[in-house]
Amino acid sequence: MVKLTAKSAAHGLLPLTIGTVQVTEVADLTLTAIAPYKGKAAQAAQALTSAHGLDWPQPKRATGNGPHAIWFGHQHILLTGAQPDPGLAKSCAVTDQTDAWVVVDVAGQGARDVLSRLTPADMRDGAFALLDTARTEIQHMQGAITRMDPDRYRVMVFRSMARTLVHDLQTAMESVASLSA
Amino acid sequence: MRVDGKGLIDRDTCLNFTFDGQAFSGLKGDTLASALLANDVRLVGRSFKYHRPRGIMTAGSEEPNALMTIRRGDTKNPNTRATVQALYDGLVADSQNAWPSLKFDVMELNDLAAPFLSAGFYYKTFMWPKAFWEKLYEPIIRRAAGLGALAPSYDGDRYEKAFAHCDLLIIGAGPAGLMAAVTAGRAGVDVILADESPRMGGRCLDETVEIGGMPSYEWAAETLSDLEGMANVRLMPNTTVTGAYDQGDFGALTNNAHHLADCPAGMPMETFWRIASKRAILCGGALERQIAFPSNDRPGVMTASAVRSYLNRYGVSPGRKVTVFCNNDDAHRTAQDLADAGVAVAALIDTRDDAVVDQADFPVFTGGRVTATSGRLGLKDITVEHAGGKRVINTDCLAVSGGWNPSVHLTCHMNGRPTWDPTLASFVPTPGAVPGLTVAGSAAGHMSTAACLASGQAEALAALKDIGAKGAAIDLPSADDAPYAITPFWDVGGTGRAWLDFQNDVTTKDVRQAAKENYRSVEHMKRYTTQGMATDQGKNSNVAALAILADATGRGIPETGTTTFRPPYVPVAIAALGAGGHGSGFAPQRFTTSHAATDERKAPMIEAGLWYRPSYFPEKGERTWRESCDREVNMVRSTVGVCDVSTLGKIDIKGPDAGAFLDFVYTNMFSTLKVGKVRYGLMLREDGHVLDDGTTARIAEDHFVMTTTTAAAGQVMVHLDFVQQCLRPELDVSFVSTTEHWAQFAVAGPKSRDVLNAVLQSPISDETLPYMGWCDVAIGGVAGRLFRISFSGEHAYEIAVPARFGDSLFRVLVDQAKAHGGGAYGMEALNVLRIEKGFITHAEIHGRTTAFDIGMQRMLSPKKDDFIGKAAAARPGLMDDDREQLVGLKPAGAVKQIMPGAHIFEPGKDPVRVNDQGYVTSVCYSPTVESVLALAFLKDGRTRHGDTVMAVDHMRGVTTECIVCDPVFFDPQGGRLRG
Amino acid sequence: MKIDCPLCGTRDSREFSYRGDATYLNRPAADAGAEAWDDYLHNRDNPADRTDDLWHHGMGCGAWVVVTRSPASHEIFATRLAKGTGA
Repeated sequence: MVKLTAKSAAHGLLPLTIGTVQVTEVADLTLTAIAPYKGKAAQAAQALTSAHGLDWPQPKRATGNGPHAIWFGHQHILLTGAQPDPGLAKSCAVTDQTDAWVVVDVAGQGARDVLSRLTPADMRDGAFALLDTARTEIQHMQGAITRMDPDRYRVMVFRSMARTLVHDLQTAMESVASLSA
Repeated sequence: MRVDGKGLIDRDTCLNFTFDGQAFSGLKGDTLASALLANDVRLVGRSFKYHRPRGIMTAGSEEPNALMTIRRGDTKNPNTRATVQALYDGLVADSQNAWPSLKFDVMELNDLAAPFLSAGFYYKTFMWPKAFWEKLYEPIIRRAAGLGALAPSYDGDRYEKAFAHCDLLIIGAGPAGLMAAVTAGRAGVDVILADESPRMGGRCLDETVEIGGMPSYEWAAETLSDLEGMANVRLMPNTTVTGAYDQGDFGALTNNAHHLADCPAGMPMETFWRIASKRAILCGGALERQIAFPSNDRPGVMTASAVRSYLNRYGVSPGRKVTVFCNNDDAHRTAQDLADAGVAVAALIDTRDDAVVDQADFPVFTGGRVTATSGRLGLKDITVEHAGGKRVINTDCLAVSGGWNPSVHLTCHMNGRPTWDPTLASFVPTPGAVPGLTVAGSAAGHMSTAACLASGQAEALAALKDIGAKGAAIDLPSADDAPYAITPFWDVGGTGRAWLDFQNDVTTKDVRQAAKENYRSVEHMKRYTTQGMATDQGKNSNVAALAILADATGRGIPETGTTTFRPPYVPVAIAALGAGGHGSGFAPQRFTTSHAATDERKAPMIEAGLWYRPSYFPEKGERTWRESCDREVNMVRSTVGVCDVSTLGKIDIKGPDAGAFLDFVYTNMFSTLKVGKVRYGLMLREDGHVLDDGTTARIAEDHFVMTTTTAAAGQVMVHLDFVQQCLRPELDVSFVSTTEHWAQFAVAGPKSRDVLNAVLQSPISDETLPYMGWCDVAIGGVAGRLFRISFSGEHAYEIAVPARFGDSLFRVLVDQAKAHGGGAYGMEALNVLRIEKGFITHAEIHGRTTAFDIGMQRMLSPKKDDFIGKAAAARPGLMDDDREQLVGLKPAGAVKQIMPGAHIFEPGKDPVRVNDQGYVTSVCYSPTVESVLALAFLKDGRTRHGDTVMAVDHMRGVTTECIVCDPVFFDPQGGRLRG
Repeated sequence: MKIDCPLCGTRDSREFSYRGDATYLNRPAADAGAEAWDDYLHNRDNPADRTDDLWHHGMGCGAWVVVTRSPASHEIFATRLAKGTGA
């Protein structure tokens, strides 16, 4: 029988450490787009909580610790790190997005300075607290940034752009490392 | 010369550098300019037009004269102002705009011809004969003009762009800026304090005044150390705010590495910041201006404040015998500071009869004028006329002050104009000119240190209130509060040339001549004379030029007005503005999952939008792309080919109203499509023209998967967003792009099913998967989808698996195809296959074609009341028979090549626009039909099959006789699709 | 330039693309007649003081936003989601 082998989105490109900043791929993270149908927002929120123990995230916010529910735009949220409960489909459009994104964590002292080279979004503590999330531009790419820890940001862009993301991160990391040296 | 006991420099660290190949040394803390002056180098450049010898005039970024090239070879950096170039060990500087040498410049001949080269010379002289312009005048002017030269090779230096955010941006870290920063910093808001100098403090570092009972530079250092301790305050030295933009955005340029001998790996030379602020305070200070007098441009003539800067900050006197010439009290400090430091002061000349100078131990001439100077390569003597007569004074440095111009520039970047203040004889910022930006310190016209400190605090408190933060007034430190007494004085007059714009060689006479020739508007005068159009933008000279224009036209200065201030405040390298946008940084690169496997097969890649796709897969012995392409076409037609089609847009559409939604965005019906089936759909724009096409499969009753073309994937997604959010919000439907989730491969050719059945867990047949059907499949335990659709006209499929398995599946499929006599095929073959079948791409649906034009008018479903584009597509003009309609063309004469883009004419008619009958959109050589084939749009084309037409490519000079035919060249019945 | 996305907050304008006048929200009925469609598709006022624009937050949340602003001063007076505000 034919055997297919899986390759992660940033296969062969990561991890990367420059100065005090590390970038690692968060591979094998199940991603599911969840969009409630009309008039079913409350039912959807309830289903998410009962199945996954997660609050439905408000705009610009993520919820959870382990699996996360991340607000992902005007239409849907993204469930990460958990197989979606089939019951969600009663109230929501549920779409597998696991392979659609490359997911990396940018972490360490200076991680925010690295991101300030790539995104116009305001990442100051007051504007971007823990579990805040932004759909934003990441050096010409549509992307998403979520603050996972004080010094750890989860960055996502489309899978096909993994190489560009790593290149852009690396350039910014080299700059930040040299300027803070 | 270096002056003992003065300056904020490190006297123990000696730095070596060269200027025009000659070795010099300076001290740590020097700028290139201060180091040159310390070495008594006065001649540093040549002016733009007359190649007049020029020396250092200022100590800041406004410098018009001292432009130099730093470094040599590939990384040289022309037009660097020596006044802002920090000295480092090993610095190599060269003068510009002089040949063969700075001291003997052949182009100085221009200066002798000056009477002919005055304002408007170029416009008047090079008008005729017309033909001379391109061949003679322009090359000569181009060679003669210009400043430094760029390195001819690629600049390997790094530059970058970055974003910063703050509540309050403070621009300038002099007394006002520091006071504002401390006030705001203590209130806890996020503050960015930016200053163009590597050392913050502004004129605190240049003057001998006291603040809070200590020398001003000590107060500045203490304040900065306070600020450094505040986590909410970000200090950005070496950073010039270059422009003010909408909604509180500012551009700023940080110099990271120009002051380093070697730029560390990875460090960008400069960072161009976009700073987003809630409020901003401009504390940019003021710039001193000159007085016009005959031959006022000799090396050694400087601004009075620059002489103080060199003395007090750098411990350098620009001359051994200095004279001060001014119209205000402020400049008296220059004479006093020099005298206190033990430098000889030849005289203090004040244009005001009533000027008062206390305790001067140097000659003072009130009501005096400098009427002449001498010294070819550097100032030797000046002639002074005053009430007591005329005398010649031997002096090697003349420190001039015509008053101060507040730095209003940023307040005018949104088309504002400054306001004339007659007391200051200067323009001051007009309040509210840039929303959210206020002005403090001397930039606002507060000319004493005490007033600067007070206004810095006041504006900070006002800004805090606007932001909604609570600020508290701090006790202001004591400081000098002497009034700034000035009587305007612009031009000494006389017969000699008096310079205004030193870089562009504009004299007072030029301005008067412009006025005489009726260039009375300041904007016209500027362009006619080039006043203020050099790299310094006339920072020292514009106001004086206005004053002289006002005088020449009999108007006041406020009525004369100013020219438009535009960003950037200082020159910004294109490399900084375009950082991240060159080479592969220009746009993201998108790679399919089969990229590595494709690369291994040595397939040349072509760009399709952002995607990289294989052009063809060369086999051993093939020498041209055509050989590979022909083989791949034959392979698909005879056995089987595999091609990555993941780049096509895929949109997952779910919800009870998914069918209704599709009915609205497609011209044809989708709500009637059966589950398990696929249908081709056509999408229009609202104006009735074709937007895109593709196939959509019904996965479940309330679930569809739409495919779009690669080219229009993004556009279609935006369009669907618009329709759903804005036009049909009542529909219960939601969708998400799954383009990137699925890796999808076309398997095409008579043996396609055999290949698939070798890899699928459960085999398929015509019964389980007929043409235009789809089904769930599994490959080695991986769930996927299989669509029986064809873009080649062959029995074909597209198989999709989650992208992480894409690389693996592609290899498996290609191996299986090879086992069946086939292999991989690329874009070239794909294009030939679709042209043979008359399938359209965006070469045909290019935005100006309608469903009628491409022969799909029957797809505009009459059963539906409404769909996007229905009303507009029914307009008579979009259905006329004489519209250009899709046809096929084949060469019928001796010329066998049809050129894409060629226009079509009737035989015997002139190939000119009025006879234009259409144009060619796609061309290929078809190994199947053994002919060149073209798709084209031809007027009334569907009734003209069999006609002969001429395809004329005017650009490449190719005319092809063609026969018009049906656009489907191969298997018109479609038997192979179902076979 | 900054635009307040009703969902994402204040964002740099580079994340948005301008998509024409908000007239585009008021789509006529299919049978409204040629004149109504001509107006909808082609005819736009060009006032100097205040316009309602459509902007798409394509680099962000994907929302269509109505931006009320002055094309002369660039001042933005208000923003709101276009969703459900059409005719």
